[in-house]
Amino acid sequence: MGSDVELYLANSGGRPTSVTPGFVRDVEKHAGRMVSRCYQCRKCTSGCPVSYALDFQCHEVMRLVQLGAREAALRSRAIWLCASCKTCRERCPNDVDPAGVMDTLKVLAVASGAPIGRKQVKAFQKAFLATVAVLGRAHELSSLALYLAGHPSAIVANAGLGLRMFSHGKLKIMPEGVRAKGEIRAIFRRAKEKAAGLPGSGGGKAARAGKIAGGGDRP
Amino acid sequence: MTYLYFPGCSLHSTAEEFNDSAQALLKALGLDYEELDDWNCCGATPAHATSEFLTVALPLRNLVNAEKQVEKWAGAKAGPGDATRAKAGTGDPAGAAPIEILVPCAACYNAFRLAERLVRDGGAEGREMNREIAQITGRPFGGTVTVRHPLELLGRPETLDKLRALVTRPLGGLKVASYYGCLLARPSKIVSFEPNPEHPVAMDNVMAALGAEPVRWSRKTDCCGQSMAVAEGELVTELTNRVTRAAKEAGAEAIATACPLCMMNLDTRQKPATPGEAPLPVFFFTELAAVALGVGKPQAWWKRHLTDVRPALELLEAKRSA
Repeated sequence: MGSDVELYLANSGGRPTSVTPGFVRDVEKHAGRMVSRCYQCRKCTSGCPVSYALDFQCHEVMRLVQLGAREAALRSRAIWLCASCKTCRERCPNDVDPAGVMDTLKVLAVASGAPIGRKQVKAFQKAFLATVAVLGRAHELSSLALYLAGHPSAIVANAGLGLRMFSHGKLKIMPEGVRAKGEIRAIFRRAKEKAAGLPGSGGGKAARAGKIAGGGDRP
Repeated sequence: MTYLYFPGCSLHSTAEEFNDSAQALLKALGLDYEELDDWNCCGATPAHATSEFLTVALPLRNLVNAEKQVEKWAGAKAGPGDATRAKAGTGDPAGAAPIEILVPCAACYNAFRLAERLVRDGGAEGREMNREIAQITGRPFGGTVTVRHPLELLGRPETLDKLRALVTRPLGGLKVASYYGCLLARPSKIVSFEPNPEHPVAMDNVMAALGAEPVRWSRKTDCCGQSMAVAEGELVTELTNRVTRAAKEAGAEAIATACPLCMMNLDTRQKPATPGEAPLPVFFFTELAAVALGVGKPQAWWKRHLTDVRPALELLEAKRSA
């Protein structure tokens, strides 16, 4: 995309990967962190608890950003499987905060309409925030119901544990809510407006289409 | 009133036993507190994975509410601690000891601290967020309330002395693995209250003061993966069992945690390394403290654990009477 450089990633079947010049600056602007400082020491990857499950290792995701491999970064599973444990942030000698950069990449992926690398993770986050947007507090049963409605195949995996938790009194039937619901609505509305200004968001179309979790249920 | 108290959603649902035991402990220590009025969810991982704005705005609204509540105290009838209230009520942090808001849930605590720090640092982003929240709640966060985790309070030398004096049923040398997880540890510059955040010791010190024997182990601050528990069950079970197996290998007879999300995983996802091996009982550190101090209603808490805690309690009794 507008670049003379051809980039070939390992395991990409010999096809070049598209390069978006300036992507690193978009990410740095949003994350407030200098990804370009990363010198690939791999301390992040060494301490990453989910490294075994990732398509790109943590330091590789930072490299994708540096190289402008926007599509590869935004479509990766790694950004969604990051557990946000922040071990990488703690140990990074260059103050890159890879976990924060992963969050930025999730936000940019959603705003750009790119295919989500791990849809179920996003779906649960959305279900969680949907109850918070309405009630001002989380309600496990509602979030779970919302999530499972969209992921019936996950019912079997979660039903047993859910029932055990329920029988031990851990899942409340009745939700709690805040009194000042208007304030909560205003917070979520503002979040949606902010998302509309992101690169690749199509001037608010993404947000208006309800692509920001929890923001689709109020005008 | 000296403290505000923020339970958060988990302590009102999946982790009521954390709420009850934490409050029993605060009362036993003679701490004066009031629950934050009309509090909202901190947003947890779904917020920071979705929107920088939500990440800061949700906890910030709670901090604004906290200051509103403290002002009400200042306006109320005189009583013990009134001088502090009056000063806090002026919105002038200089000269007044800030009122502390105790946040036992590690996830809420982490979110609160990040928002508090962003605004306190006074950078462009913090000023902008404070302006935004003022438009929504009618006022900005003035910095007169400080976020504190109860473990920090408990781990102070003077509180440890107090705990030792209050122990009526010492934990009998029960071998406990103190598990901190991510949220009390990182980012350490903002959330940690430990001399060495890679190797925190406050919970160990509390356990020792209660008569337990903290074990030395290496996965104290490893991640259990809870934010993905519903969507990525297998991954999370793997991370959880790395933690519980390491605790067991270190000789632990129980695990103590300060995080309701860690609890949910450790309590429900343990898989035996060898067939027939019993899972490790998992406690909130406040539950063990309440047991040692003989306060609260532990029988009701034990029913809420999916991994039976009785083996650890029986062991504790046997050790104590030995």
